[in-house]
Amino acid sequence: MSVAATRHSLGPLDQIPAGEARVFSVDGRAIAVFRCRSGELFATSAECPHRGGPLADGVVGGHAVICPLHGYLFDLRTGQPVGRECAPLSTYRVTLTGGGDLTVDLA
Amino acid sequence: MRTRPKLVVIGNGMAGARLVEEIVARDPAAFEITMFGDEPYGNYNRILLSGVLAGTHDAKDIFINPLAWYDQMNVRLHAGVRVSRIDRDRQQVIGDDGTVADYEVLVIATGSSAFVPPLDGLVTDTGRYRDGVFVFRTLDDCAAIRNHAAGSTRAAVIGGGLLGLEAARGLRQLDLDVHVVHLMRHLMEVQLDESAGEMLRAAMDRLGVTTHLGRRTTAVLGDARVTGLMFDDGSRLECDLVVVSAGIRPNVSLARDANLQVERGIVVGDDLRTANDPSVFAIGECAQHRGQVYGLVAPLWEQAQVLADRLTGANRQSLYRGSRVSTKLKVMGVDLAVMGDKEPAQGDEVVHYAEPGRGVYKKLVVRDGRLAGAILLGDPDAAPGLLHAFDREHALPENRAELLFPFAGSTRPGGPASAADLPDDAQICNCNGVTKGRLAQAVQGGCRSLRALCDATRAGTGCGSCKPQVQQVLEACAGDAVADDPASHYYVPGVPLKKPDLVAEIRRRNLRSVSSVFAALAGGVEDPKSKAGLASLLKTIWAGDYEDERDARFINDRVHANIQRDGTFSVIPRIYGGVTSAAQLRRIADVADKHQVPMVKITGGQRIDLLGIPKDKLPDVWRDLGMPSGHAYAKAFRTCKTCVGTEFCRYGVGDSTALGIAIEKRFQGLESPHKMKLATAGCPRNCSEATTKDIGAVAIEGGRWEIYIGGGAGSKVRKGDILCTVATHDDVLRFTGRFMQFYREHARYLERTYDFVERVGIRELQRVLVEDGDGVCAALDAAVQAAVDAFVDPWQEGAVPIHPLQFKTVATRTPAESMA
Repeated sequence: MSVAATRHSLGPLDQIPAGEARVFSVDGRAIAVFRCRSGELFATSAECPHRGGPLADGVVGGHAVICPLHGYLFDLRTGQPVGRECAPLSTYRVTLTGGGDLTVDLA
Repeated sequence: MRTRPKLVVIGNGMAGARLVEEIVARDPAAFEITMFGDEPYGNYNRILLSGVLAGTHDAKDIFINPLAWYDQMNVRLHAGVRVSRIDRDRQQVIGDDGTVADYEVLVIATGSSAFVPPLDGLVTDTGRYRDGVFVFRTLDDCAAIRNHAAGSTRAAVIGGGLLGLEAARGLRQLDLDVHVVHLMRHLMEVQLDESAGEMLRAAMDRLGVTTHLGRRTTAVLGDARVTGLMFDDGSRLECDLVVVSAGIRPNVSLARDANLQVERGIVVGDDLRTANDPSVFAIGECAQHRGQVYGLVAPLWEQAQVLADRLTGANRQSLYRGSRVSTKLKVMGVDLAVMGDKEPAQGDEVVHYAEPGRGVYKKLVVRDGRLAGAILLGDPDAAPGLLHAFDREHALPENRAELLFPFAGSTRPGGPASAADLPDDAQICNCNGVTKGRLAQAVQGGCRSLRALCDATRAGTGCGSCKPQVQQVLEACAGDAVADDPASHYYVPGVPLKKPDLVAEIRRRNLRSVSSVFAALAGGVEDPKSKAGLASLLKTIWAGDYEDERDARFINDRVHANIQRDGTFSVIPRIYGGVTSAAQLRRIADVADKHQVPMVKITGGQRIDLLGIPKDKLPDVWRDLGMPSGHAYAKAFRTCKTCVGTEFCRYGVGDSTALGIAIEKRFQGLESPHKMKLATAGCPRNCSEATTKDIGAVAIEGGRWEIYIGGGAGSKVRKGDILCTVATHDDVLRFTGRFMQFYREHARYLERTYDFVERVGIRELQRVLVEDGDGVCAALDAAVQAAVDAFVDPWQEGAVPIHPLQFKTVATRTPAESMA
């Protein structure tokens, strides 16, 4: 059975300071949305699979985030860990509407 | 799909293949890659060829990339095809089998070949070497030598350089009677001085290899098969196998025929581009950079990294500035490490130690208090320290013996010589629980530098004190394949500049934000691991006058509290000098009650820690405390621990509490490359442990203060060095600030003062900071004053956040709106 993705509005982009991330609670799931300085947007599961660190509090650069607790690094495009072994993050499609609102697609 | 530019690499050896590895690691889609290699194989580790000759390595074990790897990486490899010419006008490379490959970028990595002197009888009428005569350069050479050795009894090696001795070792293992014939008066004259060469000769004697020094070979004797050699004095040596290893010559004929500028090697600039064709580059043993042609593997790997950075756009500013050459190897089973100059220049200091009985020889060439060169024979234990001091250009200890005999005396209580000797299940990194076996596995998996190994295993990423042991395991497992990671010399990994160069560029280009530094100096590539270090540096350079991009900061510095394992924070208000009052304690108790703080704890720095505060409660807690930040979360001056000093203590000879309070009031919040913990002690009993602090002041009889710097009692325990002894509190404050500023300007990011002081050397620090030998003291004093003047208590952001969501993790969302 295929499940269609559901699109959720998250409100205006300026809730996230440039280069940082914030957590949004969507359908009972905690989703971290990253607003890169390049303008690119990414959305992933909010908890680090290693020890549950808050990824939205991490340092973001290029296409990666560093978990603030133990320095695990993840590629935001794929959710895959970089350099160390760890479970990957879930990733979600996030877009910006013409009106400047964020939306995220949940499967 | 975009069309990718065509890259052709001529040469599939250590340099060419490494370059392609580095390129695909950065961007597998950057180029359409074609390679030519004149051997019909993938690429292998040429350094291990003597092991193959000796039979200790199987040929298949020395392959770095088998043919299948090239397929996986979509690299078209013409294996076994020699390039016959380069047509620069048409931008084509033509192979001897008629293959034509177009290029937009061409890299020449043709390496070098054995130099074979003209000898009578060397070549037969058929134009081949006489049966039994070989060079020693490739896997095929190895196989041919081994084949012939099976029916031989005595081998002669022409050439007593590094490669010749490697060949001799291999032949000796095959149980042949081995003779080394060398033109010069001592062995390995390129790397060794005469005494070391003699010591090595004696070691070879013991191993059953006969050496003939100062002999010029004039002819190869024999009819079909070689039967001996003849020398210029008319004497002869009977033998039935000859290996010619008289040096190597860069393979430059292709480049020369293509009218590229060639001297000893193909001339390239710091961008590794040839002098007269912007689309042609050269790296490895065939390249000549700043007059140097390198024959060792480390420089060639550095070149491959730089060129990959430039070609893929990972860092278009990356430059190769030459290598400080050092090597560590085993010659005939004898451990040898050589680096830099083997003979002193005028004014250099030479330190010698020789112990002929054990075959131990050590020589240091010291220039301006730093290591300019060293030879170390028969003592592997001293090598890591010397290589480190040489690579990093550290100041040497006044007592040079500490370098020559690192484990003399009591510092090593009979344990194993090196982490390399530990069993696989021994835990090396006690912070992250990484065993030696795990490290060895990661090295097998391709980690070749300390940073790569630490990144992959997390070893050394906690307190960092195990890094020397991690390095030992790396060296033991990777041997000569250890790469010096140029990034280890950079201030931060993502901007390829050492700190002084980085500071100069930031000032020259007037860069005031972290993003502008990435744009101007890192090819626009934003590296998350470099952001916090750059933010700290910009604040040091521009004091209050910089563009504060908050995303560049670590979370602790965004919310001015220390993140805990559950994502909550700890709040430590400043208690100057650890001196508090009943009213202050009562207020802290009230805050703890009101906010139901899960844990209240006395810290090691004589303060009170409120633990388990959620991020969004931080402003409320700060407001209710009404005290300034204690900066217990920052890479900054933290605290000054004090003893009770003269006010109450019956032993106190100096007022340590008043001094500690003055220090905290003056320097609170001052950012630095790493944290700074201070202490003042009212007498030499040192109850506040001031001698093991980053900076400590100890009162001594006569109304004076000793100022210690570079002490620490954390993951590394080090007693500080005395910078100077002064008379007044004001003097202590002045020298404290001056050292802090010097440390802020010169230390690498996350380099504690105990490493910094060791690196620079206490004598040098006294010269600069006390004697004002460079005339910079007034500027340092002014700079630290400016930084102190720019101080603002960050907890004021509790009342006036810099962003409405500064203290919020979860965004407030407009009601969910489903749009199927």
